[in-house]
Amino acid sequence: MIHARGLTRRFKTKGGGVDAVRDLDLDVEAGQLVAFLGPNGAGKSTCLRMFTSLLPPTSGTARVAGRDVVSDPAGVRAHIGYVGQKSSAGENFRVRDELVTQGRCYGLTRSRARERAEEVLDMLDLRPLAGRKPGTLSGGQRRRLDIAMGLVHRPRLLFLDEPSTGLDPQSRANIWEHILRLREEHGATIFLTTHYLEEADTMAERVVIIDRGRIIADDTAGRLKSDLAGDRVTITVHDEAEAAKAAGIARRIAAPGEVTEDGTTVLLRVPHAASALPGYLRSLEAAGVKVATAETARPTLDDVFLALTGRSLREGDPQDGAA
Amino acid sequence: MSAKLVRDTATVFSREFAPVPREPVGLLFTMGQPLVFLFLFGPMLSGTGALGDGGASWQWFVPGILVMLCLSGPMSAGYSLLVELIGGSMERMLVTPLSRTAMLVGRTMKEFVILLAQAVLIIALAVPLGFRPNPGGVLAGLALLTVLGVGLGGFSFALAIASRPGGELFFGVTQMAMFPLMLLSGLLLPLDSGPSWLRAAAALNPVSYVVEAERALFAGRFMESPVLYGLLCACAVAAAGLALGIRAMRRGV
Repeated sequence: MIHARGLTRRFKTKGGGVDAVRDLDLDVEAGQLVAFLGPNGAGKSTCLRMFTSLLPPTSGTARVAGRDVVSDPAGVRAHIGYVGQKSSAGENFRVRDELVTQGRCYGLTRSRARERAEEVLDMLDLRPLAGRKPGTLSGGQRRRLDIAMGLVHRPRLLFLDEPSTGLDPQSRANIWEHILRLREEHGATIFLTTHYLEEADTMAERVVIIDRGRIIADDTAGRLKSDLAGDRVTITVHDEAEAAKAAGIARRIAAPGEVTEDGTTVLLRVPHAASALPGYLRSLEAAGVKVATAETARPTLDDVFLALTGRSLREGDPQDGAA
Repeated sequence: MSAKLVRDTATVFSREFAPVPREPVGLLFTMGQPLVFLFLFGPMLSGTGALGDGGASWQWFVPGILVMLCLSGPMSAGYSLLVELIGGSMERMLVTPLSRTAMLVGRTMKEFVILLAQAVLIIALAVPLGFRPNPGGVLAGLALLTVLGVGLGGFSFALAIASRPGGELFFGVTQMAMFPLMLLSGLLLPLDSGPSWLRAAAALNPVSYVVEAERALFAGRFMESPVLYGLLCACAVAAAGLALGIRAMRRGV
């Protein structure tokens, strides 16, 4: 569905130029649900704008839905759906009218566009809002409308740019319900960007991590976590002298770089925390260290990002500008 | 024009036009300035008697007000496009196979219809004040007016596209261009009473030729040279405005 080779986009800036996306190769097969994850400014949206023909690449090629984004942008547009970061509906227009217009934009006849508008109104629970203007809708309702617009022409490939950003948890869950149902019912390929780690983790079957314009990891969330991050074991003891002793013992079972101590807390990373913890506790007891608390945690995608870049995804934005 | 372009233009036009009949009062809001001048400035001008007795001054003044309508309406038409460019709705349409040219032509056609409706309303409101236009001249005058309006609309859309993402450029230029274009067109007061440098500046303003042409047409003087000059100017503005607008829409966004 998506085949990109050497895709690069350079933006001119005051200091010369900056590569928002550098030499990107990516293949997405039909039916996949791919989450494109990265901090703000990593190049997610620039990539998406190239895939959807909104922005010509500086160099490299991309074939989307079987068409080249540079030589046949109209062909790409006819075969994809796109839900942008901002609200898709015009403020002056009513919900139903915008859906009909959208169908007309894709070349549906007037009557077919009306039928499809009614169908997506039902599909996304928007029927009671059909006569209203977008300005009177809540954030979650507006986002559902955006998705409805992206679906009017039944695309086989749907791009969603930050579909759930800025929504309350309940609305986010609701949006996800719709996205997942859509995939089940239509078998559509879904490519979305997000900076919510939990979403990428639980919803997508494939996570592509992008940082500073390059893909730095690409696998299932589970494999990324077990290969790149490892589980965490955290214990607390009663004083710092004991913590130092506990850290020393920890270095026998985990790589020395994977052990950190902070006050009375010792943290270590191991491939399988559940099997490592009992042995560690026995060694501590044998050495006379009294453990106050012990816990294990599965890694998150943030741990993966941290392991890859040395930075946390949750920290502020290291780069500004168009994401 | 291909069938797809016609279809896409119809799609854009019907989208843009749909809200208008639902809120017809909106038509009045965008013609506030010409209405204020018609009712609060016109009677004063007429009262001075400088342009002849009551009736004659209205024959002179109302065609100018129609051109003012053209400057305030179509010139601000880009505002609605700017709002959509800043929001996400334009982007959503750009990702569809909808023709870029149709996006501009459809919008311009809506401005054309609005301008025509507003101009007819102005004429209807001016008749009780003493305006007595030539019936054939009304039709010819409206046609000329809409040609100018289409061109100014095109410029306005091109400017809106150029002023992304902030939009400051759009407001700056329209605010700065509006009054000089208006005052240097002899639309409110005769240019004859101005100094020579001002008349020279006005001679460079295409709008001043359209104003003169409108006055001749509404008086029923069809075969005069100002009509020809005005028509040429309006056509030139229309061609340049449309070309610039379409180019901006195809390349810029």
